[in-house]
This record gives sequence, structure tokens and C-alpha cells, in this order.
Amino acid sequence: MKRVASTLLSTFALPVILIVIWFAATRQQTSAFVPEPVSLVKTFGEVWVGPAFTEQVVPSLIRLAAGLAGAIVVGIGLGLAVGYSRVLRDLLEPVLEFFRALPAPVLIPVLMLLIGIGDAMKITVIVIGCMWPILLNTVDGVRATDSVLTETARSFGFTGVSRFRYLILPAAMPRIMTGVRQALSIGIILVVISEMFAAVSGLGYQIVVFQRTFKIPEMWSGIVLLAIIGLVLALLFALVEKVVLRWYRGQREVENRGG
Amino acid sequence: MVGVSDTSTAERTRAARRTVQDGTVRPAAGAWRRRQRVVLGIAGGVGLLVVWEAIARLGVVDARYLPPPTEVAGEFVRQLASASFWTALALTLRTWILGLVIVTVAGVVLGFVIGLSPFLRRYTTSTIEFLRPIPSVALIPLAVLVFGVRVESALLLIVYACFWQMLIQMLYGVRDVDPVAVDTARTFGLGWFARLRYVVWPSALPYLLTGLRLSATIALVLAITAELVIGVPGLGTSITLAQNGARVTTVYALTVATGILGLIINLLMRAVESRVLAWHSSVRGEAIV
Amino acid sequence: MADTLTTDAPLLSVEHVRKVYTTDGKAVEAVRDLTFELSRGEFACLVGPSGCGKTTLLKCIAGLLTPTSGQVMLDGKAVSGPPKKMAVVFQEYGRSLFPWMRVYENVEVPLKNARVPKAERERLVAEALDAVGLSHATRSYPWQLSGGMQQRVAIARAIAYQPEILLMDEPFAAVDAQTRADLEDLVREVWRRLGITVLFVTHDIDESVYLAQRVIMLSTSPTVIQKDLAIDLPDERDQLETRSMPRFIELRHEVYEQIQRAKRGAAAEETAVAAEH
Repeated sequence: MKRVASTLLSTFALPVILIVIWFAATRQQTSAFVPEPVSLVKTFGEVWVGPAFTEQVVPSLIRLAAGLAGAIVVGIGLGLAVGYSRVLRDLLEPVLEFFRALPAPVLIPVLMLLIGIGDAMKITVIVIGCMWPILLNTVDGVRATDSVLTETARSFGFTGVSRFRYLILPAAMPRIMTGVRQALSIGIILVVISEMFAAVSGLGYQIVVFQRTFKIPEMWSGIVLLAIIGLVLALLFALVEKVVLRWYRGQREVENRGG
Repeated sequence: MVGVSDTSTAERTRAARRTVQDGTVRPAAGAWRRRQRVVLGIAGGVGLLVVWEAIARLGVVDARYLPPPTEVAGEFVRQLASASFWTALALTLRTWILGLVIVTVAGVVLGFVIGLSPFLRRYTTSTIEFLRPIPSVALIPLAVLVFGVRVESALLLIVYACFWQMLIQMLYGVRDVDPVAVDTARTFGLGWFARLRYVVWPSALPYLLTGLRLSATIALVLAITAELVIGVPGLGTSITLAQNGARVTTVYALTVATGILGLIINLLMRAVESRVLAWHSSVRGEAIV
Repeated sequence: MADTLTTDAPLLSVEHVRKVYTTDGKAVEAVRDLTFELSRGEFACLVGPSGCGKTTLLKCIAGLLTPTSGQVMLDGKAVSGPPKKMAVVFQEYGRSLFPWMRVYENVEVPLKNARVPKAERERLVAEALDAVGLSHATRSYPWQLSGGMQQRVAIARAIAYQPEILLMDEPFAAVDAQTRADLEDLVREVWRRLGITVLFVTHDIDESVYLAQRVIMLSTSPTVIQKDLAIDLPDERDQLETRSMPRFIELRHEVYEQIQRAKRGAAAEETAVAAEH
């Protein structure tokens, strides 16, 4: 019982203190830039609970999901090939290094030129921007496949597709998940920026509109929503990772204990 | 969190060491293989440029939107000769460096302070885990309102995003310190500052470098973002200007320049990491976060 | 019952196998000239000093490496890649089992890959796990088990595969002495029960004499066969009793001496003079 209380205390003490300070500070003087907590909650409800959610937020999420799905497919697919074939790797390594180093947002102007400003552009930006961490992590994962395990698989007749399915892909999963997590962060950045830059709908677009028309409380509510979405997605991902990599965490635990 | 794979030089070296140890002799890094790798690498790059050139010249995509690499290269050279390019580059670099310095100082200091105090660790974990996943782009409108197109806008984004990376790495670094080493230091009468300097710091150094490497990439991405979206002066703004002025080749040339900048930063970070860790005999792990 | 009656042609035939590695331009002759045969149902041990190429030879036999010259014949057919009738148990059990699969799946997966129908798969897996005494641990992950148990899983996986010949590469070197004794007895029991041929590589002289019907001793690099010794101990072997028998001690002495000679590099002379046991 004491432990539960202690955990609750350490989890909530600091946040509560910060919120109290926030309350107190906005009581004293209202600044144009810092919202008042109570009215913020009210505005949040007004703006986002309702049709605005389906009209603005859902399209953004769909774009993000589509882009990430594409990035995962391309990233893992190419990554498996590049990781497995030394020739392919040598051929593509400089090019891959260049695109990995290129800051993804800079693709937006170029892609606008090539594809226009529709959904296709946004999704393409996300796919191209997000595939690098997945691809590179997949390559690393494939290359780091344990040599004893590979020989074992060979000795039991795992060749071609079955080797990818039973050995290479599962072995690379921990690294791939790291890549997907990075891709998720990039994806959120890209979907928001691409909407702020050139769009007629979407969460990013809405927030910019609020800011340009000086609707400050609404703008803040948008920021808060974005923060919440970021959090929720991070949590969802952590859950997925926990399930997919259950074996990996267990194994690392045993190793760390010196087992 | 953004951009690069988490393979540090240390990890790659460890992986390489492990595969050789098991007795399978690989015809590994012979001079011939190295040459083959270079040749193939160049061939790959050239091949892609040729394909690009063909696509552009043959009109598969309208040449107005996809200029051939030869033209882009020409424009790139012209940019290198123009003062405005170097000014823009310098501005981007200034933003980047400022951001990194602030993040490093804040991350290291807070990392040590929080990391070395179990009390602070416990009480700040929830707040850190809550604030960390918030995308820094959420702050863009706020930055615009408060700072406009001043460099502080970009710094707000950079510092917010990179600080968490740095802090997490430092916390892991401090936690990774060998307690036996700390106790030994204590028995030799070393005060807390000496312990910090001789025991904790060297142990945390690899993590600091990892944090720096990750932050360097994120900082560049956000600097460019601020320039593209907000209009903070720098390479990004040059690109938007070129885009608005329908100078397509310039857009491509500047994009390539940005890529090269990113590449140089990447290589720089890796070089720094391997040099600093070379004399750090025990290459500890990094927190894959 | 161990049937040491040879049925016509040998099951495994290693003919003048030679293996040379090139590292950084330098050529290293790991194995110079190895020739021997294994009859069906035989249990032979390969012993030699460290670095004598035992593992290289085993990998050549297993089809994981291609010999520079010479060939390996399994059941009359040349080995050019891992053959279907052969299963290998490696020393590093921790790295040889799939960590993302449970014990049951680990044993099952080679059969799945060989498209064995489900019902038969289940039977083979159950029997194999029963033979190694791990029927209760099917739902565990390998890393949740002790070293000895992990190696049992590897053995179960090998025998579920229904090989004609089982290759074991110093399988018990990384396991503690108690567990090693249990595993040695397990291997012998599996061998007798299933009637398979076993080629067991080890550096442990006592183990080789205890386990085998025949001990093939290798020289130091460049490796040739130092001596091929028949072990005429009774078929029923017991850790305590057999190891204290006078004949065991004699044989062990012989092997030890040969290994010492090998280390001192007397191999060349021996091959010139040696008549096969």
C-alpha cells in the first residue's frame, strides 16, 4: 500500500506542481501568448470535439498512416535486399548515405514541383522521408544476423524465401522496430509541416489558419491536440513493440542478468 | 529520434568483432575488396545520375519540373560562386550550432543533476516521458507568434526536440557508471567533484556523444524546417524564394546542397565520435532509445 | 542395440579433403589431407588439439564449407550443400536456437520448412522432446532455459529432423561437468535407440573414449589423421563404472599420447607409416 502511494506521488508530484504554477501565473496576468488553463480546456472542447475532428484531424491521421505503411513496405523490402546482397549494398551505399543525410522537409518543395500539392504529394513526402531509418535499420539488422544461427539454418535446409521468413526477418525485427519508431517521429513532423506549407485541410493547416488569424486560444488548443496525438501514437507504438519484441526483451533481460 | 539509424561506431565495431571470432574466416577487408566497394559505389551513384539525366532529357517528366542533373550541377556551381548562398549557409549553420550548444549544455548539466540524484530521477521520470513524445512541430505556431522570423524561432524547435534526446542519453550514461568504481574512488578520499570528473564523466562520455550525434541530425532537420515553414533566414528560405520565383534548377541545386551539408555533418559526427572514443578504452554501450 | 555390422557401403566417406583459407592474401592450410569412412550406425569421435581444423572438417562434411580439394560422399552422393539426411548440433547452443520461437517451434521449424505434414510433424516433435526429456518445456523460450536444457533442445531438433547421420561439434564444451555427463549419456541413448550414425567432435579425451566405438585422432595444422583407434569397451556404458575400467584407462592413455605427439608435430611421420588401426 505504501509502495503504491509512493509511486503515485513520484509520478504526479512534479506535473501537479507545474500545473499549479501555470494556474497561478495566468491568474496574475494574462499574456497574449500563454493560455489560461480553464479556458483552454473549454476552447479545446469547442474546437475539436465535433465535426472538426473528422474533417481536419482524421485526414491528417490517414495521410500519416498511409505514408508510414508505404515507408515500412519499401524500407523493409529494400532493406532486406540491400542487407542480404553485398553487391547491391556496395552499389547503393553512397546514394543511401546521401538520402539518409538529406533533411526530409527539404523534399517538400521538390515534390511539390513534381507532384503538386495534393494528398499524393503529402503521402509521398512521408514515404520518402520515413523510409530511410527503416531501410537502414533493416540493413543493419540483416547484416547482424548471428553467424551461428545462419549456419544452423543452412544446415537444416533453409534457403531462399524460407531463410528470409524464418531467420533473417525475425532476427532483424528489433532493429527494424527502432527504425519504425524513428520513422514515426519523422512522419508526424512531415505530415504537420506539409500541411502547414501547402494544404487546404488537416490539423497542421488548421493550426496555421488559427495562428494567422490571431485566434490564439484556438491555436493553443490545436497545439495541445497535436501534443496529445504525438503522445498517443508513441504509446500505441510502445504497445506494439512490446508485443512484437516480447522475445527480445526477455532475452536481453536474461543476458543482462548474466544468465 | 530522427533520421539516422542508431548504429554507432562502437556498435558496428562490436558486431564486426563478433562475426570474425567464431572461426568462420571471411575473406574480409582485403585491399581488393575495398577497391571493389569504392568502384561499385561510384558506379551506383553514376548509374542513378545517368537514369535521372535520361528521364529528364527524354521528357518522361516535364523538364520544367525535373531538370537534368547536368543543369542542376551547373546551377550548383553557380551558387557556390554567389555570396548569397554562403550567407544563407552560414545562417543555417549558426542556427544549428547555437541550438546544439544550448542543448548540450542543458542536457549535460541536467543529466548529471537529475541522474546523480535518485530522488530527482524518480520524480521527473513521468514528466520527461510525457513531454518527450510531443512533436516539436507543434510549437511552430507559437514560435511564429512570439519570435517571428528571428533565429529564436528555430532555436525553440531545436532545443525542445533535441533536449530530450540529450537528457535521456545522459541519464543512461550516468546510470551506467560502475558502482564499484565509484566506491573505490570514495575510499581514496575523492570528493564529489573529483568523482564526477574521473569516474562519472568518462563513463557518460560515449552516451553524450551518441546524444550529440542524434541531436545534430534533428537540429539540422528542424533548422531547415524553421526556414522552410516559418521563414527564418537560411538555406531553407533560399529554397522557398527560388520556388516562388519559379527557379526550378535553383531549388534542386539548393536541395542537393542541403543534402551535402547533412552528409558533412554526419561524417563529422562520426569522426568526432570515433576519435573521442578511440582513447576511451572501454567502449561502453549506448542507450538505444 | 548397437549394430556395428557394416552394411556394404559406408554411409559417410571423406576422401582426401583439403581446405585452404586465404586471409588478406595469405594462404592458411587448415586441413591438409583427411580420409576416413563411417559405416552406418557407427559412433565415431573426432579428437585433436586446438586449432587442428576439427570444426573446419566438420563444416566441410556438413556441406557448410566447400573443400579446396577432395570430396565428401554421403550415402554414395557427393555433398555439395547441407544434405537432407544430415543434422548438426553446434557448440554455441545459445546462438543456435531461434530466440523468437518457443522450444516446440524451434524443434518443429526444420520439419515445417521441409513440408512435413502437420500430423507427422507433431508426432516427430513430441517424440524428440520426449527422448531428450523436455516434454514439459515446450512453451518456454530457449533463453529461459539452462545451458544444458538448451543443448537438449538442439539435440531434439536434430533428431526430429530424422537424419541418417548426426554431426556434433563440441556440443558439450560450454556446459558444466554435471550436465555434460547427463548429455553424454543422452547422446548414447539416442544413438542406440534410433540407430543413427554419429560423428562427434570433441577436444575432451575422456569424453571421446567414453562415447565412441571409434576415435579418430587429428594432428595439428596442417591436419591429417594421426591415428584411428577402435574402442573395444562394452556397449553398456556407465559414467562411473566404464570410466574406472582398466581398458578405459588404457585407451584413454593411448589417445592422450597420440594427442601429445600431435601437438609436438610428429604427425607427418605417423601418416607415412600408419596402417589404418
